[in-house]
Amino acid sequence: MSPAPADGAALGARLRDGDLRAAPAVLNLVESRSDESRAQTEALLEAVSPTALGAEAPGFIVGVTGPPGVGKSSLLSRLVAAWRADGRSVAVLAVDPSSRRSGGSLLGDRAGSVRDASDHAVFIRSTAAGDRLGGLAPATRAAASALAVAFDVVVVETVGVGQSETEVADVADTVAVVVQPGSGDVLQFLKSGIMEIPDVLVVTKSDLGDVAARARADLSAALRSLDSRSAVVSVSSVAPPAGIDELVSAIDAHRASLDLTAHRVRSRRMHALADFAAEHGDRGLRALGGRREAEKWLSSRDVALDVTALRHALEQRAQPRP
Amino acid sequence: MRTYAGHSDARRSNELYRRNLEKGQTGLSVAFDLPTQTGYDPDHELARGEVGKVGVSIAHAGDMRTLLEGIPLDQMNTSMTINATAAWLLGLYIVAAEDQNVEESALQGTTQNDILKEYLSRGTYSFPPGPSMRLIADTIAYTVQHVPKWNPINICSYHLQEAGATPVQEIAYAMSNAIAVLDAVRERVPEELMGSVFGRISFFVNAGVRFIEEHAKLRAMALLWDELGRTRYDVQDDRHRRFRYGVQVNSLGLTEAQSENNVYRIALEALAVTLGRDARARALQLPAWNEALGLPRPWDQQWSLRLQQILAYETDLLEYPDIFEGSIVMDGLVAELVKGAREEMGHVAALGGAVKAVDYMKSALVESHRERWRRIESGELTVVGMNRFESTEPSPLTADADGGILVVDPEVEAEQRAALETWRSERDSAAVDAALSELARVARDDSENIMPATIAAARAGATTGEWSQTLREVFGEYRAPTGVGDAVAAPSESLSEVRDEVERLSEALGRRLKFLVGKPGLDGHSNGAEQIAVRARDAGMDVVYEGIRLTPSQIASSAAQEGVHVIGLSILSGSHAELIPSVLSALTEAGVENVPVVVGGIIPEADAAKLREAGVAAVYTPKDWDLNAMMRDIVTLVAQRHGADTAAPA
Repeated sequence: MSPAPADGAALGARLRDGDLRAAPAVLNLVESRSDESRAQTEALLEAVSPTALGAEAPGFIVGVTGPPGVGKSSLLSRLVAAWRADGRSVAVLAVDPSSRRSGGSLLGDRAGSVRDASDHAVFIRSTAAGDRLGGLAPATRAAASALAVAFDVVVVETVGVGQSETEVADVADTVAVVVQPGSGDVLQFLKSGIMEIPDVLVVTKSDLGDVAARARADLSAALRSLDSRSAVVSVSSVAPPAGIDELVSAIDAHRASLDLTAHRVRSRRMHALADFAAEHGDRGLRALGGRREAEKWLSSRDVALDVTALRHALEQRAQPRP
Repeated sequence: MRTYAGHSDARRSNELYRRNLEKGQTGLSVAFDLPTQTGYDPDHELARGEVGKVGVSIAHAGDMRTLLEGIPLDQMNTSMTINATAAWLLGLYIVAAEDQNVEESALQGTTQNDILKEYLSRGTYSFPPGPSMRLIADTIAYTVQHVPKWNPINICSYHLQEAGATPVQEIAYAMSNAIAVLDAVRERVPEELMGSVFGRISFFVNAGVRFIEEHAKLRAMALLWDELGRTRYDVQDDRHRRFRYGVQVNSLGLTEAQSENNVYRIALEALAVTLGRDARARALQLPAWNEALGLPRPWDQQWSLRLQQILAYETDLLEYPDIFEGSIVMDGLVAELVKGAREEMGHVAALGGAVKAVDYMKSALVESHRERWRRIESGELTVVGMNRFESTEPSPLTADADGGILVVDPEVEAEQRAALETWRSERDSAAVDAALSELARVARDDSENIMPATIAAARAGATTGEWSQTLREVFGEYRAPTGVGDAVAAPSESLSEVRDEVERLSEALGRRLKFLVGKPGLDGHSNGAEQIAVRARDAGMDVVYEGIRLTPSQIASSAAQEGVHVIGLSILSGSHAELIPSVLSALTEAGVENVPVVVGGIIPEADAAKLREAGVAAVYTPKDWDLNAMMRDIVTLVAQRHGADTAAPA
C-alpha cells in the first residue's frame, strides 16, 4: 500500500500559475510506477500540454552531458549562479547511473554546490537512471516538459558520451556537451559520427592554459570540417571562474536560432515512443515495424497531439488487426 | 609527554593546561574547536552548537593571550592541531609571544598544517587545494627563516588509517603528500634552504593494534624518507634526512563495547612506536580509554599520561639499542611494505601528484574501510568485546550519572558570542579593515608570503572568521570529494535478504526507497556516513549523500527537493543536542512530512532519550556496528510509516 498519488491536474495547474514549490511533488509523482500514479502523470502532462497552455511551455530545456569527471557539476553550479544573477529560475534534473548489481545508486553531487537553501527559485533533483544502461530515467522526460511550464530554465544533466547526448537531444531544446582538455576520444567520436554534433561544445579547465586552448582549437577545427557552426566555449569553474557568461550567451543564441515548435513536436513524439518502448519492449517495436518505421509514422501525426495521445496512438497501431 | 586538550573558552583551557603542566606534562597540545579550525567566528550560522565543543574557541589575539597566560612561551613547546587556518593561528601565537616580550625566533612548537588529509579524512578544510598548498608553503618558508625551531608542518598519516588506510596506503599517501608540499616550498625558498626545509618536516602517524606490522611500517617510512631526501631533494646533511614523527595511537580500533579493554589496546599500540630504537617516536600521544564515548575528563587524561610514564620510567624499554637489528622477519616485513608503497606512490605520481590524486585516494580509502568493515561483520577480523566474547559484567567505570564523559557547558557558546561582540566594538576598526585589505592583496599575489600580512591582521585585532572570509573571497570555496561513488559493492549473499526487503518496499511505495544521509554542522568525520551511504546503495536504495558541512536548512531543502523517504544524520563532534533539533524544525519548515529521521554518532544514552522525545525515530552509536541490521531497521521504519508490508510473499 502506498500513499494516494498526488492529483496530476492540480499539480499542472500549480505549475501553470508559476508555483515553483510544486516541483518536488511533480517529481515524486512522475517517478512513481504504480498504476494510479501513472494515470495521474498522464493527467499532469495533459494539463501542461501546448493544447492546455495555448502555446509551447515557455521554459528553456537545456541538456548538459559529458563523460564522468570532466567537471560537469562545478560547471553547473556556476551556470546556475549565472542564470540566477540574471533573474531566471532554474530546475536541475540530474540523472545518475545506478548500480546494476543492487539497483541502488549514490546520488548527491547536487550540482557540486555551495548552495543557498533559502533560494526557492533553484530546484535540484537527482534521479537514478534506472535499469536502462546509460539511458534517461523514464520520469525525466515527463519532469522536464512539466517543469518547463514554471521554471525559466530546466537543465537535464546526464553522464556519458556517444549515446547519452542523443537521448538528451530528444528532450532538450539545446544540448551542451562538456569535455575536458585532452579527451581525444571525443574528437574521434565526432569525426566518425559515433557522436552527434552538439549544439554547444564546452571545454572545461581553461585555467590549465595551453592544453585547454589547444583542445578548443582542435574541436573547433573538427566541427568546421563537419560543416557545423556549433559554438565551442572554454570555461573554468575554479576561482576566479571564466567563460561562464560566454557559455550562457552561446546557449541562449542556439535557442534563439531554433524553430521551437517544430523541435518540441519532435521531442513529444520521441517521448511517446520511448514510453511505448519502455512499456512494450522490443516486441512492441516490432509490431510497429521497427523503430525507424515508428518514427516515420509518428512524423505524420497531428502536431497538436500531446505525449499521452501519441502513445495511445502507437499502442493502437501495435494491436494486431482483426 | 602531553595530552591533546582544550575545551570551551581560552580561560578554562588555560586553567586545564596549567594543571597538566603541574602534573609533569612537558608541553602543550592544543585542541581547537571546529569553528576555529574551519575559519568561522563563534557567531556564524555554521558554528552553531560547535563553539568550544571539541576544543577551545580562539577568535582573535585576545583569546590567544588568555589561553597562554602565565605559561612562559620561550620555554614551552606547543603543538597546535590546526590546518586550514594554521597560518592564522601561528600568527596569533606569534602576537601572543610579542605580548610576553618573547621573540618569534625563540618559539618552539608545531602547527599540524596538513591539508590533504583534511580532504581525505578529517574534513576541516576551508579553501581549494591549490591555494591551501600555497598557504602551507608560505608558513614553511616563513618559519624556516624567522621561527627556526618551529615545526611548520606535521604530515599526517594518522587520519588516513582512521579513514581505513592499509599500512601500504598510509605510507604511500603520506610520502606523496610530503612530495607535494616539498615541491610547493621549493618554488618559494632559496635552493640552499631546502635541506633545512626537509629537516623541519615531521610526521604524525597512527599505530594500530597489529603492532609488529605497525612497527615495520615506521621502519619502512624512515627508509623511504631518507631515500626521498637523497634522491629528489639532494639533502646532504644526514640529520636533515632523519624521519621524525609523533604518534597518536589508533582510535578506529577502540570500542564502545567493553570500553575498558581499550586500555590494553592502547598499551600494545604504544609498543608499536617505541619497541625498536631505529624507528622510535619522538612524541607519543595516547588517547583516553573512553574516547569512543565522548570527550575525556581530567581523570581519564591522567590515566593515559600514566601509561606513558610507566613505559618510560618503569620498563626497560629505553635501555637498549635497536632490538630488531638483524631480524630477518622484520627486514622482510619492511621490504614488503616498501615495495607496495612504491607501487602506490607511482600510481599517485602518474595521476599528477597528491593534489591531483585527491579524488583517487579518497575513493581508495573508502573502499579499504568498506573492506575492513566487511571483515568485522563476517567475523574474519576479531574485535574482542564487539564481534567476539561479547558477554560482560556491568562496568563500574561508566556507571556514574554523567555517562562517563565531560559535558561542555552550553553557556560557552553564548558567552563567546557576547565576548566577540565586545572585542569587535573595542578595537580600531579602521586598522582592521586596512589589515584585511592588505591581506586580500597579498592573497591575490602568488609571489608574496601570506605570513607578514597575517601577523599584522592578528595584531590589528581581526577575527578568525574575518581572516578566513577574506581568503575565501580570493581563493573560492571548495567541497571535497565524498569518495563513495566508486566503492565496490559488498558480496551479495550477506545482503540478499535486506535487498529483497528494499525491493518489496520500493514496489509498495511506487518508486525506489530514497535515503538522505546528511552531516550537519562542521564535524568532518565522515567515515561513518560514507560507510552507511555505500551500504545503503548496496542494499538497493537510492542514496543522496552530499558530504560534510551542511546547514540544517540545506539538509531540509535537499530532503524536500529530492523526495526522500528517510533521513540519516551523523554527528561525531558531540553537538547533536543543538543540531538535531535544528534539522527537525528546518524539515517541518520545508514541509517535509512523514519522513523518519535516524541519528548516528557518539551519543550518550541520556541524550539519545531526549532526541527520541524530540521526534528522532532511532539513535545509533558505535556499538551498533552491524550495518545490515541497521539497513533492515530503516526499511521497517519506512514501511511502518507508509503502512507497507515488506514480508516475503508466503
